[in-house]
Amino acid sequence: MYATRTRHARPEPFSIRPGIAERLGLAYLDWPLALSALALIAFSVFTLGEATLHDIPGSPRYYVDRQIVYAGLGLIGMVLLARIDYSRFRELRVGIYTFLCVSISLVFVFGFAAKGSRRAFDLPFFSFQPSELGKLLLVLALAGFVIDGARRGSERQRTLRYLVLGLAPAALVFLQPDLGTSLVFAVATLAVMYFGGVRWTHFAIIGGALVALVSLVLVLAPAAGVPLLKGYQEQRLTSFLNPSEDPAGAGYQQNQSVIATGSGQTTGRGDRATQTRLDFVPERHTDFIFAVIGERYGFMGAAFVLSLYALLFWRALRIVTLSKNSYGTLVAGGIAVSLLFQVFVNVGMNLGIMPITGIPLPLMSYGGSSVIATFLAIGVLESIHIQARRSQKGRFAW
Amino acid sequence: MALRIALVGGVGVALFGLLFFRLWDLQVLSGSEYLAEAKNNRTREYRVVAPRGNILARDGEVLVDSRTALALQLNPQRLSSEPAEERTELARIGSLAEMSLRKVRRTIAESEEVAAGAPVTLRKDVDYDLVYYLRENQARFPGVDVQRVFVRHYPHEAFAAHVLGGVGEVSEEDLEDPHYRELEPGDEIGRGGVEDTYDDYLRGEPGLTRIQVDAAGQPTPGGQLVSKPPVPGDNLKLSIDPDVQSAGEGALAARGLRGAFVTMNVNDGEILGMGSFPTFDPEVFTKPMTQAQVDQLQRDPVSAPLTNRASQGLYPTGSVFKIVPALAALESGIVTPSETIVDNGFMYVGSQRFQNAGGESYGAVDLVSAMRYSSDIYFYLLGLKMWDGGQLQRWASKLGFGHLSGLDLPEETEGLVPSQRWRNQLYEEGATERPWSAGDNVQLATGQGDLQASPLQMAIAYAALANEGTIVTPHVGLEIEDAAGRVLKEFTPQPQRRIEIDPAYRSALLQGLHEAAQVDGGTSYGIFGGFPVPVAGKTGTAERLGQADQSWYVVLAPYPKPRIVTAVTMEEGGFGAESAAPAALAILEAYFDKQATTVAGPNGGSPG
Repeated sequence: MYATRTRHARPEPFSIRPGIAERLGLAYLDWPLALSALALIAFSVFTLGEATLHDIPGSPRYYVDRQIVYAGLGLIGMVLLARIDYSRFRELRVGIYTFLCVSISLVFVFGFAAKGSRRAFDLPFFSFQPSELGKLLLVLALAGFVIDGARRGSERQRTLRYLVLGLAPAALVFLQPDLGTSLVFAVATLAVMYFGGVRWTHFAIIGGALVALVSLVLVLAPAAGVPLLKGYQEQRLTSFLNPSEDPAGAGYQQNQSVIATGSGQTTGRGDRATQTRLDFVPERHTDFIFAVIGERYGFMGAAFVLSLYALLFWRALRIVTLSKNSYGTLVAGGIAVSLLFQVFVNVGMNLGIMPITGIPLPLMSYGGSSVIATFLAIGVLESIHIQARRSQKGRFAW
Repeated sequence: MALRIALVGGVGVALFGLLFFRLWDLQVLSGSEYLAEAKNNRTREYRVVAPRGNILARDGEVLVDSRTALALQLNPQRLSSEPAEERTELARIGSLAEMSLRKVRRTIAESEEVAAGAPVTLRKDVDYDLVYYLRENQARFPGVDVQRVFVRHYPHEAFAAHVLGGVGEVSEEDLEDPHYRELEPGDEIGRGGVEDTYDDYLRGEPGLTRIQVDAAGQPTPGGQLVSKPPVPGDNLKLSIDPDVQSAGEGALAARGLRGAFVTMNVNDGEILGMGSFPTFDPEVFTKPMTQAQVDQLQRDPVSAPLTNRASQGLYPTGSVFKIVPALAALESGIVTPSETIVDNGFMYVGSQRFQNAGGESYGAVDLVSAMRYSSDIYFYLLGLKMWDGGQLQRWASKLGFGHLSGLDLPEETEGLVPSQRWRNQLYEEGATERPWSAGDNVQLATGQGDLQASPLQMAIAYAALANEGTIVTPHVGLEIEDAAGRVLKEFTPQPQRRIEIDPAYRSALLQGLHEAAQVDGGTSYGIFGGFPVPVAGKTGTAERLGQADQSWYVVLAPYPKPRIVTAVTMEEGGFGAESAAPAALAILEAYFDKQATTVAGPNGGSPG
């Protein structure tokens, strides 16, 4: 016993043999974060496999197979990003920002229109929606600008500069038109500014301006005969307040989604899930996938999924506190808040407490751009975690 | 900073808490209400049937359209859930629809299998009295409703029935065909005729209406949710010329003999008229049929009114076939147009004696006079010379005998050209008592023996002679038009093939046919001698075992540059000039709008 220990005794700290994670460059990975993301995408594939069997006659695995490919690509991207020191992105902020704005603008020229909106390019194997990746790019670039400009100009000038930098791409996305994603851009902008230390008074002013803008768009402008939102956009935003009044329009979808979720009860209806199987709920593989989960797997399934998101958010927020530098703090904060926003708005929309805005549920809704972009964002979070842990230990594996 | 992070954490907790609470409220606390609502979700998708396109004649005359009718529909969900009570209800509904309880149940089961929850059509085309009765006694017939449907309507009754075909409910086997994927039970598809061939154009696309209904099954006001209007089918214009068609049908009906006619443009294969007797009224298929009707239409193998004898009739053709041995012998160098053969009225092949019909003898005959008098001996000799060379069979095949022509009707049969190989194979298999012999080819040279050909094939062969060697693809579909009459598609099928015919042989043959019809002494001079338009026509009298001779006539007009060909046959019609030739004349009179005068001459007496 004693002899054995001597034989295997290894001198600290120089001869640690790297484990598999370390050899992959993934030592100090935040496993709960990665695993919750994996669990979510696995649940997504499982749900799509059961619920979209008959959506495309003749190819029951259409959505599942594609979602598996997207998940695989996303995972590879996540691992690659986790291995890179995210601080590089700070140096590349101008390039990232330019790419963001150009790619979103190009959609107007080369993008294809779907359901009255131009938001994606048609690539050979899937349609690439730049605004999905843009959510991450905006955070990476804006956090860079905030850190870089921390000593230039007055505080008011700085706040104004961040707002313009963040809201310009948001406006481009809004014009596609894609109201939901532009809201995510705006929230990410505010989150980065928030963690960047912008004064509370400035936020109060921004909040006041926002209230004024909303009342202008929804109340004053239509009253003056100048509608700023497209009819369906306004209808979607307001009809959730009273869905049963308008069973034929936008409220209909939400009503059906609420009925679907509610009818799942505690344990779910499984294959007898008529609401989501029989076309009552629209867009059931994308925006309303949570209603599918609610109906098929009941409170147990839906609460499980929500818990995974809560875990994900907690780990993200924890990384904000761990970051070795303030750039990491800002990036992690921006990602954490925009994930929280997307989950809340989408699930809230499925449950009838938020308006229909067309925001996909990260890692759950079918769609390559969203799945891959979310994995990349998690890869950045992991990178921040890994860098933080390495610097804390004061030791580098290789 | 710590404050800011904590604040975001707090917001996160609050938002997740809100979602959890809402989820708990929806699913656990009030889940049963939502489940009831989901089960009771009474938005239903209804298909709105599209009206089928009309079928028009060449001049735009409507041959088939659709009228709206009332159909009795049942919504099975509204029946009682008590089995005994449901039985009474179904029986009562059955008596209303004049259906047995078993038939009602079967109809519902068939429909439920494919489109669960959709209303089941019990009977189409009910009359208003029944509707009024139903309205007054609605309470006794739960779930029964009256819907407007489209029913095929034939303004001219049996006119061109074999060309038009009919419609019928799509069968279960049809539904498995990917071609009919978007159809549902109860939908109608073309059955036979152009309704079948051009079904894709005529059918249209059903629309969709999603209707919210209340607990009583009544649509709620403003509850029409999504609506896709039905797309009516396009109209089909046929090449059928109503004058030619009615002349042909009239001539067949006047004699009352089983038979057929076809009139076709020799250059492009457009069919101007095609008919078969006895015929039927396609309207009978739009209503439930009585057993007597079924028997009359389907069970009688002799009259077989559903058979299109013009393209499905398989007959020996008699002398109208003679252009084939003539062409084969000329093109193979076996005979020249001017070469004469002495026709003594009879000849022997081995021990078998062959003679001219009626025992006539014509002396020295060349090709033209052999055609004119229809000398059998001349063609017997040609048949004998080609008995094992296969030239006759090759030319018959080149001219389209023994093959499908590509006619745009599903009803076509290819027939048979007997050959040495065919008979010898049968003999080896023991299916016949003797191998191929010279006598078989001698028989074939006059369109007898085992030859089986349809009037349409005969018309195509004569058309090839007229148009210098093009084997046309016969067709009745002319163009597809939308409701406003705009042409969406034209049908101009490519010819099947081209064959080489020496112009000298062609003109000699046409001259022989012309003299047969319009020079004194010709076999049909008595019929066509007084017709002001020059024509080239041939009589045929086919002997058939166990029944009277079959009468044939094929005519090209105008001679010498023919535009149309008409082929007529009548079973048990006797000599060609006796019944088929007068019918062909009636068709030509209608086409050229000119009457024939009577001439002195052999009328109906000349065989051939």
